[in-house]
Amino acid sequence: MNRSASNDTPISACDLLVVGAGPAGLAAATQAASQGIDTVLIDEQPAPGGQIYRAVNATPLRDRRILGEDYWHGLALLEPFARSGARHVAGAMVWAMNRLEEEGGFEVAYTADGQTRLLHTRHVILATGAQERPFPIPGWTLPGVITAGAAQILLKTAGVVPSGPTVLAGGGPLLYLLAWQYLNAGVRIDAILETTPPGRWRQALPHAWGFLRSAYLAKGLKLLRAVRAGVPIVSGVTAIEALGEEGALQQVRYSAQGRSHTVPAEQLLLHQGVVPNSNLSRAIGAEHAWSERQDCWEPVVDAWGASSVSGVTIAGDGAGIAGAMAAEHRGRLAALHAAMSLGKIDKARRDDEVRPHQRALARASRGREFFETLYRAPDTFRRPTGDTIVCRCEEVTAAQVRETARLGCQGPNQMKSFLRCGMGPCQGRFCGLTVTELIADEQGRHPRDVGYYRIRFPIKPVTLGEFATLPQTDASRDAVIRIRK
Amino acid sequence: MFRRLDAAATELSARTVRVTVDGAVLACREGDSLAAALFAGGSNACRDTAVSGSPRGPFCMMGVCYDCLVTIDGRANQQACMTPVREGMVVGRQSGAREVAA
Amino acid sequence: MVSATTPAVFDVAVIGGGLVGSAIAYGLRDSAEHVAVLDEGDVALRASRGNFGLVWVQSKGMGMGDYGRWTLGSTRLWPRLAAQLLELTGVDVALEQNGGMIPLLGDLEVEARVAWMQRLLAQPGMAPYPWKLLDHHEAADLVPGLGPEVTGAIWTPVDGTVNPLKLLRALHIAFDRTGIRYLPHHGVQSIEQRAGEFVLATAKATVRARKIVLASGLHNQVLGAQVGLHLPMAPQRGQILVLERTRRLLTTPFVTLRQNDEGSWLIGDSQEDAGYADDVVTLPVLATLADRAVRTLPALKEVRVVRSWSALRVRAQDGFPVYEQSATHPGAFIATCHSGVTLAAAHALRLAPMIGEGALARELDPFSTRRFHVQKT
Repeated sequence: MNRSASNDTPISACDLLVVGAGPAGLAAATQAASQGIDTVLIDEQPAPGGQIYRAVNATPLRDRRILGEDYWHGLALLEPFARSGARHVAGAMVWAMNRLEEEGGFEVAYTADGQTRLLHTRHVILATGAQERPFPIPGWTLPGVITAGAAQILLKTAGVVPSGPTVLAGGGPLLYLLAWQYLNAGVRIDAILETTPPGRWRQALPHAWGFLRSAYLAKGLKLLRAVRAGVPIVSGVTAIEALGEEGALQQVRYSAQGRSHTVPAEQLLLHQGVVPNSNLSRAIGAEHAWSERQDCWEPVVDAWGASSVSGVTIAGDGAGIAGAMAAEHRGRLAALHAAMSLGKIDKARRDDEVRPHQRALARASRGREFFETLYRAPDTFRRPTGDTIVCRCEEVTAAQVRETARLGCQGPNQMKSFLRCGMGPCQGRFCGLTVTELIADEQGRHPRDVGYYRIRFPIKPVTLGEFATLPQTDASRDAVIRIRK
Repeated sequence: MFRRLDAAATELSARTVRVTVDGAVLACREGDSLAAALFAGGSNACRDTAVSGSPRGPFCMMGVCYDCLVTIDGRANQQACMTPVREGMVVGRQSGAREVAA
Repeated sequence: MVSATTPAVFDVAVIGGGLVGSAIAYGLRDSAEHVAVLDEGDVALRASRGNFGLVWVQSKGMGMGDYGRWTLGSTRLWPRLAAQLLELTGVDVALEQNGGMIPLLGDLEVEARVAWMQRLLAQPGMAPYPWKLLDHHEAADLVPGLGPEVTGAIWTPVDGTVNPLKLLRALHIAFDRTGIRYLPHHGVQSIEQRAGEFVLATAKATVRARKIVLASGLHNQVLGAQVGLHLPMAPQRGQILVLERTRRLLTTPFVTLRQNDEGSWLIGDSQEDAGYADDVVTLPVLATLADRAVRTLPALKEVRVVRSWSALRVRAQDGFPVYEQSATHPGAFIATCHSGVTLAAAHALRLAPMIGEGALARELDPFSTRRFHVQKT
């Protein structure tokens, strides 16, 4: 195939591309580079750390007691990475990946400084992590409502905290961690609205043994005790609404124990768990499956993280939510597997070197089932009704999605073509799960049968001008410009 | 609203970056994202949507929600949370669908 | 009026719930009591979702003048279809018929295209329509910010656009309003004719009907063979770029670039032989599409691509529609074409009533599969 690389598009090469500089990506890139693999790590943020260790090298909050030791562990990943010899491309976003038929490996398109560049790589490790689960409540699009993760990023990266009446809502470890960090920083929290249904503790109890033996227990209990002592907690919350007249949040109305309450609020911080970022893994064609335990989609991977696409391994929360420590160890597993695929080490050596990482991974995974069961997002908050916005970008409501599902809509892709949900710039990241669940709800089907949006490149918006600078071929010109002499 | 913790406020005075937002000067801490600077400066909203004209502000702070869109140095629909502040940056709130610069 | 109860035997079962099948089913609403539309699942070879939304005459019919005539007729009926759908469903499909253009970059393209248009309209069977070669300045009057490399454009007043997703949605709502039964996940696996009825084995339940219409797009070849209709098909892939919403700028569409009523932009138009691989977008083709679009309207350089997709055009081997009633299986009709939007009006307002009456008009003879057999000898 005759290719003309335009002068505008530099093409570089490496043996291993790692996408994402969170714990999985950092650990994978460090491991791989230390084994002599020519490794590139591409990440969107200006500095490494992903979201969990975001700004660990630059945070203004240098008093370590505020953010807590788990956060500062991130430095232990950054230092070896900096010394490893891996190339770090920061502020760069991977948006397409296609197999190279002749050479093998992949051609990866990424954008940095408004310019598209191409990279040829033999193997890819995706470590794109997680995002927050959508938490669609009435009024969740009002200014004043942000995710708890967003609030934590403001805290870590800029030392910025709420100054007025503040309410936290939902469930999950991150919510309590944030509350604890706020208390450490002297930030007042007016209430935590817990959506964990009563009786969940009992359901989670069978998994408590794992939790008791895990590292999370001591830390977790201490943290929870401090939060419960410092913040009014409302448990068993069954409905939440964000209210505001002048285009900003003014009050939060909630129901608990059969009664309705309204409290003033300037900030409402929502969180009900995290789910894998799967747009890139979907767009490259990797198989995904519905996780019953976590109510979300995960790529199908083996014990090494190898996906159904040969040459692509997935590590960290992007392969399935298991937390930051597990992510690190999975990153090393993936790197060892890549080293074998690239011919640097043989299978025996791979299986030998992996042992300590597997043990560490097992230890880090203990206790997860307990959390997952305890903090499973309740149905009401995953399957909204009425005027609650489901697709934030196109402003499509739950009622519209449900009605279209009732008319016999086959699935999320037909739904998308009817209502435009999923057609905005976020490309379904904040509505996809909800749409799948609403169709399942209305049609009495299982989410795994309903399916998900079909995701294609670019996996985040890229300017037309950048597309125009990519290499064309004779075949592509023939396909488009069909005027002959 | 939002405020800066002391540790951050100290850094703000030590290394200030000035941007303009709809013509008004905003003092920012070097290293902050534009979204963080906007929050710290007292704005919760940065645009009105194309579909209904509803106000929106940054929501996820990690580049996946696309609600923090503003015009930066003449380029529309830039994510404020993914853009570090830079001395002299010109920021405009967006109202409705963007223009195609003709 | 169509009744909403489920009969043991439908009067008509339309196989295929895309644009062709849906338009035909809608058109049958008054001539049959029990109509069913059998559709597949959410992720099938759904050609209809890959649609640009052109209601287009220009460039149709080279090699078959009758196709040009049929197309022009459909565009003249379109306002009636749009008005009916608005009244019945409340959905405004945003029909705009203000003319359309083909952009020409460079003198070579201008010469070649003008000669081509002259040959096209000189064909027997063609219905004539006005057209004009615009120079750069005349085209720039219609398109603010037209790129300097656009040497000229062929313009006709009869071309236009519609919102194809709204059209499909309107048709589906119309089913609900008129008692047409829409049956998803009923992909038809086999067809038998027994005792004057057609028995359709589907992925779900067996469906029986007195008449059937094969409108299953790329599956028509396989299904057609089961009712004595031999239809050689050659799918053709097209890839599309979709840009984010902007303020409305472009009101005269190009065949390769248009802005829809909601403000987003669509960029085409590629043709490749890629088998049935509709799940892949290829960067070189997208690059060429983007390059042409930026030369056509340079200001789009800064506008962002929010998605791309590829879809297969449903094409008979010669690229022209197929309409026929099976001689060996009377009551079985076939409808295949790749311009499901442009021809929706003709399908709903002319073809469907013919099917309702039980016979296609002589005017549709050129579209039967007999033309393929003639070529064989």
